[in-house]
Amino acid sequence: MSMKVKTRQVDGITILDLSGRITLGEGSVTIRDAVRDVLAKGSNKILLNLGDINYIDSSGIGELVSAFTTVKNGGGELKLLNLTKKVHDLLQITKLYTVFDIKDDEATAISAFTK
Amino acid sequence: MADSTTSRVSFTLDSSLDSVNKIEQVAEQCAQRAGFDEDTIPGIAMAAREAAVNAVLHGNAYDSSKHVTASFETTADSLIIKVADQGLGLDPEKIPDPLAPENILRGSGRGIFLIRAFMDEVNFRQLHPGTELTLIKHRTPAQPGT
Repeated sequence: MSMKVKTRQVDGITILDLSGRITLGEGSVTIRDAVRDVLAKGSNKILLNLGDINYIDSSGIGELVSAFTTVKNGGGELKLLNLTKKVHDLLQITKLYTVFDIKDDEATAISAFTK
Repeated sequence: MADSTTSRVSFTLDSSLDSVNKIEQVAEQCAQRAGFDEDTIPGIAMAAREAAVNAVLHGNAYDSSKHVTASFETTADSLIIKVADQGLGLDPEKIPDPLAPENILRGSGRGIFLIRAFMDEVNFRQLHPGTELTLIKHRTPAQPGT
């Protein structure tokens, strides 16, 4: 199953609801394009909802990191929401858990963005 | 009940993403048959996937004239997965540590690290040309059928 993206806006924050797999050649390109689209439209506060991501490989992890640095270097913010246990464990192993701002609740995540 | 019989299957595959998916799927099936638990099987499958990505992407660079070979052997003690490419070769000593502060925000370079995290032994062999990765996961005495 490839990755799917749905985009919505809440209080000026762009939420990308991702589902499926973030892997080399599947989700990794999709997520890159989705983040670029958001930035191109002038929004730089992005919440990636990973609640329905059931699999991620090293390429997918790399793509999350690249998205994070791209948004941050442009003066924006990118946060992660609703990690599954598999994704949580991988971010722990790779020591990225403390790099990302990770939230379990959408309202909390929205309010955590700089106004 | 897990199958304790020694078995071996091998494939010669194109340098494509389909091959990556095939190697991941076969690794998962072999791990299930070997009796690994549900927490361990995804890690084995991921390690095999990362080895396959390494072979297809970094080793053979999607070159259609080069192939990837993969073998899956279940012995009484272990599941042994070998993935080989026909690329320029990989020196494991030169792989940057993805946990180092200067590398933590790199967009790539975590594949071998994840393989090592999920497998008990990881060995590299230079093939001239190419590299063979051997991934070993030991079957524990607690597993049925061993």
